[in-house]
Amino acid sequence: MTDELTLIGKPLPKVDALGKVTGETKYADDLAMPRMLHAKILGCHYPHARIKHIGTARAQALPGVVAIITGADLPVKYGNLPVSQDETGLAGDKGRFVGDPIAAVAAVDEETAERAIDLIDVEYEELPAFMSVEDVLTKEGEPIQDYGDQGNVHKMVALEFGDTESGFAAADYVREDTFFYQGNTHLPMEEHAVVAHYTADGKLTLWSSTQCPHYVHRALSKALAIAPSRVRIIATPVGGGFGGKSDPLPHEVAAAKLSMITGRPVKIALTREEVFYAHRGRHPVLMWAKTGVRKDGSITAMHFKTFLDGGAYGSYGVASTYYTGALQPVTYKVPTYKFEGMRAFTNKPACGPKRGHGTPQPRFGMEIQLDKIAEAIGISPVDIRRKFVVDENSYTVNHLRITSCALGECIDKVAAASGFNDKHRKLPFGKGVGLACSSYLSGAGLPIYWNNMPHTSVQIKIDRGGGVAVLCGSTDIGQGSNSVLAYTVAEVLGVSLDAIQLTVSDTDLTPIDLGSYSSRVTFMMGNAAIEAASKLKKLIMEAAAEKLQLPVEALAAKNNSIYCIDDERRSLTFAQAAQLAEAKHGGLGAMGSYTPPKLAGPFRGSGVGPSPAYSYSACVAQVDVDPETGEIKVEKIWIAHDCGRAINPLLVIGQTEGSVYMGLGEALMEEQDFRRNQHKIPSLLDYKSLTMMDMPEVETILVEPIDPEGPFGAKEAGQGPLLPVPPAVANAVYDAVGVRIDELPITADKVLKALALKAEGKEPRVGPKGVPSFVFPEPVRVEPHPQAPKLRGA
Amino acid sequence: MKQLIKLRVNGEDYEAYVPVHKTLLEVLREDLNLTGTKHGCELGECGACTVLVDGEPTLSCLTLPIEIQGREILTVEGLAHNGTPHPLQTAFAELSAAQCGYCTPGMLISAKALLDHDPHPARDDIRQALSGNLCRCTGYSKIIEAVELAAERR
Repeated sequence: MTDELTLIGKPLPKVDALGKVTGETKYADDLAMPRMLHAKILGCHYPHARIKHIGTARAQALPGVVAIITGADLPVKYGNLPVSQDETGLAGDKGRFVGDPIAAVAAVDEETAERAIDLIDVEYEELPAFMSVEDVLTKEGEPIQDYGDQGNVHKMVALEFGDTESGFAAADYVREDTFFYQGNTHLPMEEHAVVAHYTADGKLTLWSSTQCPHYVHRALSKALAIAPSRVRIIATPVGGGFGGKSDPLPHEVAAAKLSMITGRPVKIALTREEVFYAHRGRHPVLMWAKTGVRKDGSITAMHFKTFLDGGAYGSYGVASTYYTGALQPVTYKVPTYKFEGMRAFTNKPACGPKRGHGTPQPRFGMEIQLDKIAEAIGISPVDIRRKFVVDENSYTVNHLRITSCALGECIDKVAAASGFNDKHRKLPFGKGVGLACSSYLSGAGLPIYWNNMPHTSVQIKIDRGGGVAVLCGSTDIGQGSNSVLAYTVAEVLGVSLDAIQLTVSDTDLTPIDLGSYSSRVTFMMGNAAIEAASKLKKLIMEAAAEKLQLPVEALAAKNNSIYCIDDERRSLTFAQAAQLAEAKHGGLGAMGSYTPPKLAGPFRGSGVGPSPAYSYSACVAQVDVDPETGEIKVEKIWIAHDCGRAINPLLVIGQTEGSVYMGLGEALMEEQDFRRNQHKIPSLLDYKSLTMMDMPEVETILVEPIDPEGPFGAKEAGQGPLLPVPPAVANAVYDAVGVRIDELPITADKVLKALALKAEGKEPRVGPKGVPSFVFPEPVRVEPHPQAPKLRGA
Repeated sequence: MKQLIKLRVNGEDYEAYVPVHKTLLEVLREDLNLTGTKHGCELGECGACTVLVDGEPTLSCLTLPIEIQGREILTVEGLAHNGTPHPLQTAFAELSAAQCGYCTPGMLISAKALLDHDPHPARDDIRQALSGNLCRCTGYSKIIEAVELAAERR
């Protein structure tokens, strides 16, 4: 099938590009309906407070106000993970962070709704606030949630694979370090918006900027006690997600409830400030890492402890916690490995999945620590990585299956392109280069809620004019999933892209796809699309073969034509062949599905980490650090990404450059920070992100091993390339001025502080001093996978 | 207080009876149904709502319609000519300079203002001219390349 591809691998424009450049594309807030009401949400005024009473009389009396709801109207808890059913849409008993939604008003226009919000009288009883992991471990007070592992500790994890004690004993050099990765947010340019319409027939329809319509469907059905068949979720084109629109969110529930009460369409469009409160972004993670190596740099043992500051709700946090320990062994050979992690509830907006979900934080620590180790034992940062890259078709110590892996080639190419070996420790003071690598999932191998059904399905129908209708629940958030769907089906059927008509992300019409998260869509939807298209192709080719009086094997399908390979004059148009097939078989339709192979290891917690394939990235950053001001200028980024086959190299490069951009933001400036129990900077001006002036040149190198299970050999591209960027920058800063900044973001003041320490003859480092003396449970001890790297001599 | 406002948008005359404090962004989107112009902050911080007023890039979220009655306003809907996309639109589509597409209308408008003043801008001039437009998807490079491609073709 992969011979002479017509569309796959070509730098084609996206199928929905013209709508986006003309303003035709309708995002959620572009929708308007007759009789539509506008709703606003009242956020809690305290970080942690019992809600004693909500008085709505003054607001209700305002002309133009149509309905007001509070937590009392939404008593049923829901949540994305079955183990974290802790949200209700509007908080009933108490508010858990400043901005936590507690009431909503629907009015004839937005301004009236906003004025009404100010007329709601809330009587609070303030409770002690927990603003950090340290608070959680030291402060007394009522826990934020009524569930969790202990007090405000939401989740504790402890796993040991093999005997790390023997591993460390076998090492020639052992190092312990602490790191801190500051929390940050997705900051999609589109503020979340939703229109809900509950019609007279008892059907609720939602148009929402969500990455996961299926999960919104499940949550709304539960929260509002409506049969799933009476709820329809349509994901509108999403104006940026990055993980921030993966949870069913309070405004979706509130709009739906208000529409049910009023029988009118209700819109809620979040303000930028409210988007910061919706959050579900990068967890701030404090971590401790211990790694032992032999003289040659091979790892004998690794031990990570992570402390996640989770915010007020569960969100995907249990998975996030596991992810801070799951992927460390996927890049280099690790024969023994121990991971302890905990997530604390704090009185801040809930953290959740952001691009890389829980894995950029430990990757930051791990890749800086390797850099320190390499220096200490006198080998190059390239060698300590390159010589110990995991083998293809192997397993990790924590039972993750590796299929294709071209990390070695990625390191070689990025080192060569950047001239790394000629620059490292050789550039003048102030200039430096740093290397880091990473790996990421091509889709989570297990579903969020336990079931044996496919993770995605694609349906195709072919009409008599040769038009191909393709339906899938997948959601285009700008990454290009619509295009991948169209290219894949068109390639298999041999039709042109203009024959394809897509219907996506509509729970009434489209077969289920779990959503745009965990870099799963290309891999999973792509495989389902190939299966569906192949079923129909078989029928069409058989009908054509019969008509042309040729064996099926003598035919090919390309350019809207079915023709004899040896004599192209003997041919039918695709439409003719489709008509013959319809006459023979009846209406032409087919479904294809994808279910990942069973990949979970034999231990509790093995559900997080497995993926049908892993992508790999290697990154070199070159920086110029001004020792007078501490300012860091990133001069250039080289990044090599093993994405399997690039379905569309233009889109893969776009994803890679976007990941580099976001990684640089996290490395240098982005922070979701709090002061006096409040979000310090809930605006686009004060939450710093890179502008076009700040963005350095990026040289992207695609490395394309054909993955054995990916569609046309493809793996992921949307998240993995973010991961190596922050540690590459940190390592480059060290190379430039000899100071270690072991926490993000790496800002000028931290560089200056470290330079001052250096001048005083002290350790030239800024970073956390240590981690709390938290007692983790006894680890679950797991035998390493038999095909995992072995501890030599053990 | 409501007032009758006369606006000239994309070469057409519109009238709207709106509260005087309603912003140009709101009037365009809600009263004239020109939803191509986007909002990312309503505070003049992101550039998503950029339109041209007499050829000058202007943040519609900080502009009151009453101030610009009778002046020529251009939005993304007015970029194409008789259904033929503007070279910037074609270049943005071809190079995938629009990922989620939400910042794209504002980017296109800022880029048009630049090319109208300087048909062949240097890369640094492009960076300068578009630095007020934030994008979270692309890392900006494809946008810069698309502006250069459009400049080449004009």
